[in-house]
Amino acid sequence: MSALLTVFDLLLTLTLLGLALVTVTSREPRRAVILFIAFGLLLALVWARLRAPDLALAEAAIGAGLSGALMLAAARRASGRKTSPAEESDTEDAP
Amino acid sequence: MIRPLEHIIIPIGLIAVGGLLGWSFFLAVTGDTGERLAAVALARVPDSGVSNPVTSVLLNFRAYDTLLEFAVLLAALLGIWSLGAADTGFQPAASVLDGMVAGFVPLLILSAGYMLWVGAYAPGGAFQAGALLGSAGVMLALAGHRNAGLPSEGRLRILVALGVFVCAMTGLLLMVAGDGFLTYPPGLAKWLILLIETAATLAIGATLAAAYLGGRPTAHPTSGETT
Repeated sequence: MSALLTVFDLLLTLTLLGLALVTVTSREPRRAVILFIAFGLLLALVWARLRAPDLALAEAAIGAGLSGALMLAAARRASGRKTSPAEESDTEDAP
Repeated sequence: MIRPLEHIIIPIGLIAVGGLLGWSFFLAVTGDTGERLAAVALARVPDSGVSNPVTSVLLNFRAYDTLLEFAVLLAALLGIWSLGAADTGFQPAASVLDGMVAGFVPLLILSAGYMLWVGAYAPGGAFQAGALLGSAGVMLALAGHRNAGLPSEGRLRILVALGVFVCAMTGLLLMVAGDGFLTYPPGLAKWLILLIETAATLAIGATLAAAYLGGRPTAHPTSGETT
């Protein structure tokens, strides 16, 4: 049982690190925010595994849920503002 | 071509920061522990008026920090409002989404109340409850309610300042009564914590929902209140 949990923890940690890397290096804001929400949900699992249910609740509700919603709204607004003036933004976005 | 800022100064700065972090980690691992605050705090939890250690630290031992956290949230909302009016929200939802929202919003409000109450002896508390209230507001906004179920601006201002106001006034009244700032008398601690948490839950919920709207509320009349 404990070996299984160790494997689970290891997988969780590796997935978390990978998600963090992909989130930071993602070029498109919307994609980054969605990855950040997934990251927050996994982080809530990590807090639960560390036996900190208070933090897990706060992370899932505030860190992943509401911050995610706020940042999605911000990304939507930023992209709307960027596309409206001219095409110059396209070169900025290109990888 | 070597640019001094990008090729010399920033790498050296990053290496220095990394070294500092590694050094402090090394010190933290190898140094002797001394008396930890956690043991001291855990021993005094029964005196704090609540039996959940996290709530007793947040609302009693370090209540001053929590007051400042409420103030940070308020300041963030004021910053958002200073950017101007909110843009037009989402279009009114179709019947399926509308029906789901009509079912979920009361459920979210109910679980916010539960989360607030259960925080005294189990994981939960004002911030989680406020987040649930705020997500009810976000859901209403997504379904096309322009003001996310929040009241008009005059009442909304009172609502978002409620957490800081109640917390600070409780502290000041306790000072007048002869105790320290936010030092609860033993018999009253539970009720004062509940009072502050209730006010904070309403304030946090309203603040988060108003932050999601992304600007000062428009003058249009609202369609129902959530808080």
